[in-house]
Amino acid sequence: MTEHHIKLPEGSIEKTTTTLNLGPTHPATHGVFQNILELDGERIVSAEQTVGYIHRAFEKIAERRPLYQITTLTDRLNYCSSPINNMGWHLTCEKLLGIKTPKRVDYLRIIIMELARISDHLICNSIVGVDAGAYTGFLYVMQYRELIYEIYEEVCGSRLTTNIGRIGGFERNFNDIAFQKLEKFLREYPRVLKEFENLFQRNRIFMERTMSTGTISAERALNYGFTGPNLRATGVDYDIRVHTAYCSYEDFQFNIPVGNTGDNYDRWLVRSQEMWQSLSIIEQAYHKVQEFKGAEAEVYHADVPEYYLPEKEDVYTKMEALIWHFKIIMGEINMPAGEVYNSVEGGNGELGFYLISDGGRTPYRLHFRRPCFIYYQAFEELTKGGMLSDAMITMSSLNIIAGEMDG
Amino acid sequence: MALTNEHIKQKLIEKFGDQVKNFTEPYDLLTFESPKEINLKVLNFLYDDEELKFRFLTDLCAVHYPDKKGKELAVVYHLHNLVDNVRIRLKVFTGIEKPDVYTATGLFSAANWMERETYDFYGVNFIGHPNLKRILNVEEMDYFPMRKEFPLEDQTRTDKDDEMFGRGGN
Repeated sequence: MTEHHIKLPEGSIEKTTTTLNLGPTHPATHGVFQNILELDGERIVSAEQTVGYIHRAFEKIAERRPLYQITTLTDRLNYCSSPINNMGWHLTCEKLLGIKTPKRVDYLRIIIMELARISDHLICNSIVGVDAGAYTGFLYVMQYRELIYEIYEEVCGSRLTTNIGRIGGFERNFNDIAFQKLEKFLREYPRVLKEFENLFQRNRIFMERTMSTGTISAERALNYGFTGPNLRATGVDYDIRVHTAYCSYEDFQFNIPVGNTGDNYDRWLVRSQEMWQSLSIIEQAYHKVQEFKGAEAEVYHADVPEYYLPEKEDVYTKMEALIWHFKIIMGEINMPAGEVYNSVEGGNGELGFYLISDGGRTPYRLHFRRPCFIYYQAFEELTKGGMLSDAMITMSSLNIIAGEMDG
Repeated sequence: MALTNEHIKQKLIEKFGDQVKNFTEPYDLLTFESPKEINLKVLNFLYDDEELKFRFLTDLCAVHYPDKKGKELAVVYHLHNLVDNVRIRLKVFTGIEKPDVYTATGLFSAANWMERETYDFYGVNFIGHPNLKRILNVEEMDYFPMRKEFPLEDQTRTDKDDEMFGRGGN
């Protein structure tokens, strides 16, 4: 009988594992990053990540731009929830410049940020479904992400990379269509979210695929710098909206949903529950916005002529407005020297901005604390010893966004 | 009793004497410096002390100050005490000729990639790091691009002239 196996050269050690190159472009990674997996059959022995494929040097670029031009860079971090990044940046600038925004602006911002959180979690949760083999939910909820994007469009004119808001407030007041669409969203979305949950939450197949896979303990998660829903799924109730309330979040009543096992299923549940909380926050904020009457109901920005572009009509008719317009556009305004760290609860966790100003027109140094980049290093620990197909679910349930990771 | 900045400062001075210095509070965030030789001792103290409990590494990055001779690079740690919800900022300065700083990976797993990123962009050599290589840039790169000597645009470009706007010009 002839032997069929391949003869290895003399002295070579026979390799018993398979190397699998997953990515950089692979439909299941939902972004550009690479994993080099060592597999023993279908079990993962080790995983090495290569990141940086879409690194765009935002921190370097930011050192040459005036504050208002950096907003567009933040869009491209976590592009599933750009408005939160934009607002986080405006809040950082406002902290540095000592600007106090009117309450109505804060509430409008909260509406936009919570809508963004819903659209972020919606995508993440439905993609977990897709990777577990359930496509229906994903297609179904797309309709409501579209509605959220339409609200952005009414407010700022764009959909994905929003560049929404300005330092001190919004570029324009919300129009009636925006509020009508918001009402439609508040009316219709709860039913859809319930239905979406019914598809997954007690679905036997989904539960068996996601429970006790990609598990991490609270202690390890903290050591790895986890924040946001991924940390809360391990049972730690750390939420920046509550711990360091910004943008008047202290005026709202909401809960912080937590899990306890830190597995894929808990991450899914936490995100799902957070959407309910966000809905409640939006409802509260909308009520508060409606309570403003008369001139107060027209306020949509703070009075900061040095940083907030004047009305176009004034630019053509008033000397002072023209001067400010010119100075802002040409980036000729020096900011105060200082050092500020400000963070917001982004879709994926603590999105921090560390801004150092030396009193010039552009930041001396700007560092983005990108939650994705920090927690993705735990991927090997999360997947080691598990099945390859579970690793795919783990990857999407961590909500790894290449844009945010690579900065 | 809530943990106040003043109390943290007193505890640090009690432990390390005049080695920890330049205490400031920009925007209410306690900021201080330590010599690079004892950065791990300071981090360990902040981590282990039953009162301080700074056990969450929020952020780690570097800053380049070309004019500060002998301490051109600053490594900045943002630490968070999640129980009392207090943040502090620790700065460690190092010369650019020999930018060696001890790694914090033994204390925080999160520091692994953050230090690789800092090395990648500023060339800070973290002693004891398990895998100190470039992370976001290509491995063939032989310079550290976030340092201030690398301007963002080619300074010899002539098609973008600031003269029109009353700046630059010859």
